[in-house]
Amino acid sequence: MIRHLAGKVGGALVSLLFVVALGFLLFRVIPGDPVVAMTRGRPVTGDQLAELRARLGVDKPLDEQFVDYLTAALRGDFGTSYVYSRPVLELIGERLWPTVLLTGTSTVLAVVIGLWLGIRGAWRRGSRSDRVSTGLALAQWAMPTFWLGMLLSLATGDLFPSGGMRYPDTPPDFLSQAVDVAHHMVLPCLTMIAVVYAQYLLVMRSSLLEEMHADYLTTARAKGLRDDLVRRRHAVPNALLPTVTLVFLHLGLVVSGAITVETVFSWPGLGLLTYEALTGPDLPLLQGTFVVLAGAVITMNVFADLLYRVLDPRVRAS
Amino acid sequence: MTAIAWQRRQAAARATWREFASQRGGLAGLIGLAVITLLAVLAPWVTDASGLDVTRVTARPWEPPSSSHWLGTDHNGRSVLLLTWWGTRISLVVGLAATVLSVLIGTVVGIAAAHFGGWVSAVLMRFTDFFLVLPSLVLAIALSTVLPRGLGTIVLAIGVTSWPATARLVRAQTLAVEARPFIERSRALGGGHGHVIGRHVLPAVLPLVFVNTTLTVASAIVAESTLSFLGLGDPTRVSWGSLLHAANMHGAVSQRAWWFLVPPGLGVVCVVLAFTLCGRALETVLNPRLKGER
Repeated sequence: MIRHLAGKVGGALVSLLFVVALGFLLFRVIPGDPVVAMTRGRPVTGDQLAELRARLGVDKPLDEQFVDYLTAALRGDFGTSYVYSRPVLELIGERLWPTVLLTGTSTVLAVVIGLWLGIRGAWRRGSRSDRVSTGLALAQWAMPTFWLGMLLSLATGDLFPSGGMRYPDTPPDFLSQAVDVAHHMVLPCLTMIAVVYAQYLLVMRSSLLEEMHADYLTTARAKGLRDDLVRRRHAVPNALLPTVTLVFLHLGLVVSGAITVETVFSWPGLGLLTYEALTGPDLPLLQGTFVVLAGAVITMNVFADLLYRVLDPRVRAS
Repeated sequence: MTAIAWQRRQAAARATWREFASQRGGLAGLIGLAVITLLAVLAPWVTDASGLDVTRVTARPWEPPSSSHWLGTDHNGRSVLLLTWWGTRISLVVGLAATVLSVLIGTVVGIAAAHFGGWVSAVLMRFTDFFLVLPSLVLAIALSTVLPRGLGTIVLAIGVTSWPATARLVRAQTLAVEARPFIERSRALGGGHGHVIGRHVLPAVLPLVFVNTTLTVASAIVAESTLSFLGLGDPTRVSWGSLLHAANMHGAVSQRAWWFLVPPGLGVVCVVLAFTLCGRALETVLNPRLKGER
């Protein structure tokens, strides 16, 4: 168990290093000289360019730059944003909580709704409600997240705020602030749920369908258990296992959803920060959000793996 | 190739087609795709491309649907119907090209990892797993920001971020095929890597790859629309994503201009749904275990 744990954590650390190195390749090597991009359209002398290069450390050979970059990144220093003129890490820190709030709330709700509908669908397979909910899930899966967001915003009119996280004139006490944030969160949250829950529904449904003909269910029925007890105590816990890993594996999807939903609703999180960075383009900032978002998904995947071992005795024994 | 082998292949193809055609969903998807592709190909002959030029518009901006503009006009006064129609071409071309790239990388990596084994497999699978967990949109955004804007960039960005699932699938299938006796026989008769892969592994893996391709096109088209929506598409061409980008930038929601928002998004949904339906039907035909389950 300890060996397995060490292996997983070690693998994840290697992946994180890969991400940081990929960041260097993407944002330092491919774009070429950042000084040219920064000074485009402005009259600058050769001396000024040389000074700027020396200050950013881009006049050194690439391997030295990489070492500089790596040591800075390990200290959490991702440079200074061109647009905001502030440290990238500080900007990311400010934008982290809105994203965690939005994605956390919508993932929990999407998981609950998706699993519930998936269980119902598999148990009454082929019924009208199963066909409707599976068809709806497929249709929603085909929808681009941002489009659904814009449609919802259009359809609800002035019922909900169209963007941002809070009104500037809300009283500062906790309750009214919380109500205000919740009011702003309704549409972004609904949009993310609508797109993400379909995955969970389909996974849960198919993994419960695989259990449907298992012998232990026949035994449970033969013992005289009521139908919903058979479902709740026997079938669902077994079918939940693959679903748990998939919930975590699809976090990449949640991150993509966050980027587009936050862009549509101007929700001040990491997704909107990514969008602002790419429109600049503000390469240090984009590099920072790239490393943080990719790192978060990798970390969550390690958690999923560990959680799976705790939940499934068969994996633990082998 | 002998005549008997051809006859058998034709019979197999006919049987597959009969089974596919017996599934209503898959058939509907296929018909939908045929209609959409036909419309996209015929666009330059049926419609007048000059309507796409902002400098030659005659209508007012934000005009609601009427008899002269069936789907109204955009912020420049161009017909939304015409824009959506032409957008189909770019969305389909980018989706297909990105899929070809992604499936190609995935198949090569998957077969190489399974066939050569040893450290090649270890390195390739480590690499695949890394890309599998990496959120693909984030990587695609990074790539299309640092490379010059254009169709090539967007195809590359989607292609190199969406191959890992194919690689894993192909590797699993290759391993299953290579464990069978006829591969051992072929090796014993002196078949080299090229012969075993080209003559035995590839034909056995390709049907699965084909199903996977249909499903990958669907996600590639969504990815294209997402990247273009974020403003990372080719600025000189109209695609469904770039239309929605324009709609968002110019406040179509606050203008209540539903006629500008609905058609491009509906285009994405229809194409993605059609590809998904086809893919699922094919999957059922080629994987007998799924029969009766769905």
